[in-house]
Amino acid sequence: MTRMSQYQPPVKDIVFLLEHVAGYPDIAGLPGFEHADLDTVVGILEECGNFMAKVVAPTNRAGDKEGARWKPDGSVVTPTGFKEAYKQYVDAGWGSVPLPEEFGGGGFPRTVGLIIQEMMMSANLGFSLCPLLTQGAIEALLHYGDDELKQRYLPKMVTGEWAGTMNLTEPQAGSDVGALTTRAVRQDDGTYAISGQKIFITFGDHDLSEQIVHLVLARIPGAPEGTRGISCFIVPKFLVNDDGSLGERNPVHTVSIEHKMGIHGAPTCVLSYEDATGYLIGEANLGMRIMFVMMNSARLSVGTQGLAVAELAYQQSLEYAKERRQGRAVGATEDSAIIDFPDVRRMLMTQKASIAALRSLMLLNASYVDHSMHEPEENARKRADEIAGLLTPICKSFGTDLGNELTSLALQIHGGMGYIEETGMAQHVRDVRIAAIYEGTNGIQAADLVGRKLGVRDGASVMEFLASMREIDAQLAEAGDQFASIRAELTKQLDALDQATAWMLRAGRADPNAVLAGSSPYLRMWGLCTGAWLLARAALAGQATGDAEVAETQLVLARFFAEQILPQCSGLLNSAIAGADDLFALGPAML
Amino acid sequence: MRIVVLVKQVPDTADVRRLDVNNGLLDRDAGEPIVDEINERALEVALRYKDEHKAAEVVVLSMGPENAIKSIRKALSMGADSGVHVVDESLAGADALLTSLAISRALEQTRFDLVIAGNESTDGNGGIVPAMLSERLGVPLLGFLANVEITEAQVSGERQGDDGTVNVHAGLPAIMTVTERFDYARFPNFKGIMTAKRKPVETVTLAELGLDAAEVSSLDRTEVISTAERPARAAGTKIEDDGNAAATLVEFLATNRLV
Repeated sequence: MTRMSQYQPPVKDIVFLLEHVAGYPDIAGLPGFEHADLDTVVGILEECGNFMAKVVAPTNRAGDKEGARWKPDGSVVTPTGFKEAYKQYVDAGWGSVPLPEEFGGGGFPRTVGLIIQEMMMSANLGFSLCPLLTQGAIEALLHYGDDELKQRYLPKMVTGEWAGTMNLTEPQAGSDVGALTTRAVRQDDGTYAISGQKIFITFGDHDLSEQIVHLVLARIPGAPEGTRGISCFIVPKFLVNDDGSLGERNPVHTVSIEHKMGIHGAPTCVLSYEDATGYLIGEANLGMRIMFVMMNSARLSVGTQGLAVAELAYQQSLEYAKERRQGRAVGATEDSAIIDFPDVRRMLMTQKASIAALRSLMLLNASYVDHSMHEPEENARKRADEIAGLLTPICKSFGTDLGNELTSLALQIHGGMGYIEETGMAQHVRDVRIAAIYEGTNGIQAADLVGRKLGVRDGASVMEFLASMREIDAQLAEAGDQFASIRAELTKQLDALDQATAWMLRAGRADPNAVLAGSSPYLRMWGLCTGAWLLARAALAGQATGDAEVAETQLVLARFFAEQILPQCSGLLNSAIAGADDLFALGPAML
Repeated sequence: MRIVVLVKQVPDTADVRRLDVNNGLLDRDAGEPIVDEINERALEVALRYKDEHKAAEVVVLSMGPENAIKSIRKALSMGADSGVHVVDESLAGADALLTSLAISRALEQTRFDLVIAGNESTDGNGGIVPAMLSERLGVPLLGFLANVEITEAQVSGERQGDDGTVNVHAGLPAIMTVTERFDYARFPNFKGIMTAKRKPVETVTLAELGLDAAEVSSLDRTEVISTAERPARAAGTKIEDDGNAAATLVEFLATNRLV
């Protein structure tokens, strides 16, 4: 069973949801996207998927087995095949697709960029982190960099010739970024001397690109305490000469790389800055704001990692379930493929329906990001930004929680063989585990949802969105009896979500701890409801295509999810609104 | 230098492939249509020449139904300059004779110094069309090459067979076919896909190639006499070991000339 490189990009599934659930035609209709019509996008996705399957996916196994290596001279070597695949990736230009044309990008919507990311993440999660971090750095520069910095760094970062990183974490400053101590001292020439140590820096050093552009959070002496006193700097691995060529090596050293549970192909570095030359992005003390530009985009991408690894694991478990013969299913006269057993079907259907729900959710979030930047009317942009902000923590947490659960189901289908490294299932389980942790742990996401997002416009923002989800009810009623159970379940569970939301809004003012205590189950209620709602939309759209097979597939997925997965939502209601009392009833000594 | 690459759209070999039992023709709805991989290798030969000689022009020519335009677009996104699409209802189910007639006319019209084709398609496996083109056009054929060198004036390469290797060369214009010894083709890149949309593709019918319906129907045509489903796979021979298994096995292998 070595099917590691047999990733089949699910372009048809993606395009269906893109068109019918994420409303891509509306995005293509926004000013600036005239060249990005659906047909063109489909052509790009087909070729890009083919590229990811044939060039990137074959490196996934070596990435896990060999891992990135740190050499005593301080350099970092990536696993076999990464360098060649990365060069081809740069030549093909896939990273540039969603970036501005002004800096050599393709000027396509973020939604399209996210799909490219999904396919690359399925092909090789470790590898995909290099372009992902580069994109985060690019976005921060785009929003806050001055023209000179942009002109100097962006064109080569957009092509991927130069990679980027995000340097936030320090040993004592993880979830609490405000505690960081890296210092930035202003020099006479206007640059800053950066000193300090950063940890957990993904692709902090490597051999894929000639230059690495670090985005570093640091504190200027005398700056306010906490997050309000953080600034963001560009610190290139090599200083850039005026003619754009690479000059002197900047004193940023790789002290070591981590030995991790998964994503072995991605070097996770400890970086030491010793009076390295840095350039301030924007103004002093804007670091947190800049970081959030990177984080919001990166959080949606990390949510998509859960989806992407789940997709790959699903494909392999489906293949295995069709081939593995063991025992006899009820009524069979010879040995059955295990796909004929109800419990294996349960696992496969759970994966397939959940993957469709997650993909819909990610695409919807991305579509709102596009609307938030390109709608002609300011009000429309603002509203889209609110919704994207609301959906981001849900996508990140629900996407990666399910990523872990679904990948584990895929391993389960393999029986004992799943636990053997040879099948590659263990790699997926190990790889995807980090996604629930980094880019803000899933607990932090839940806190973001209840602490920041629910409070937008005193709760009006979230209530409007909940009301808009109810609009599907009339369409489901019209669509006929086949949709009746979906409609009933959706109504029931949205009632539970409304109830929990009302409690959160009420309790939040008086008792923030109570709200935080229920935040994770509450976030999952959101994931379940939005997932079911979007699958119902897909089912309605499937019916409207007139294609019997599409209609049937979408209907069954939506019904299965609504009847068998969504009901967890009301089961979570009690823990969402239980408050913190019992969580703290036993003191640390009694735990 | 004007190089014309012949491209055929075929069902994906990784997908379902089916013949219509009623007429013996390919069921085009059964599988995903793609550019035959051997044609992509042929295109790669032309594109590498173009990489070195910027003035060279690469034209892709395909004969096939309406949606064969997808294959032409793909070739354009990989780097070809323009396309010619021969499409005509009376070409449905065309045999090698008719195919070679139509393509030879299209080649005459579009002009060429070198034609590069795959040695044989993965659907028909006839491998005869390039030879027929050579005959019809009166230009030399260098078939089944394992490698090639192209200059302004000539094309040369090796043909490898069971009995040895033949070095062949011919002045231009000429036709050559590639085997799987040639490299895989490059991937279309993003910029290539975007620029392909603006590249010209000429669509021509038989009439526009100077072939009228009467002429086409008067051609000798391959005739399908009968068709049959492939018989279902029979169960294999199972040898029970009743003490004579070794002898039975040897006998089985000997009877089937396997030893």
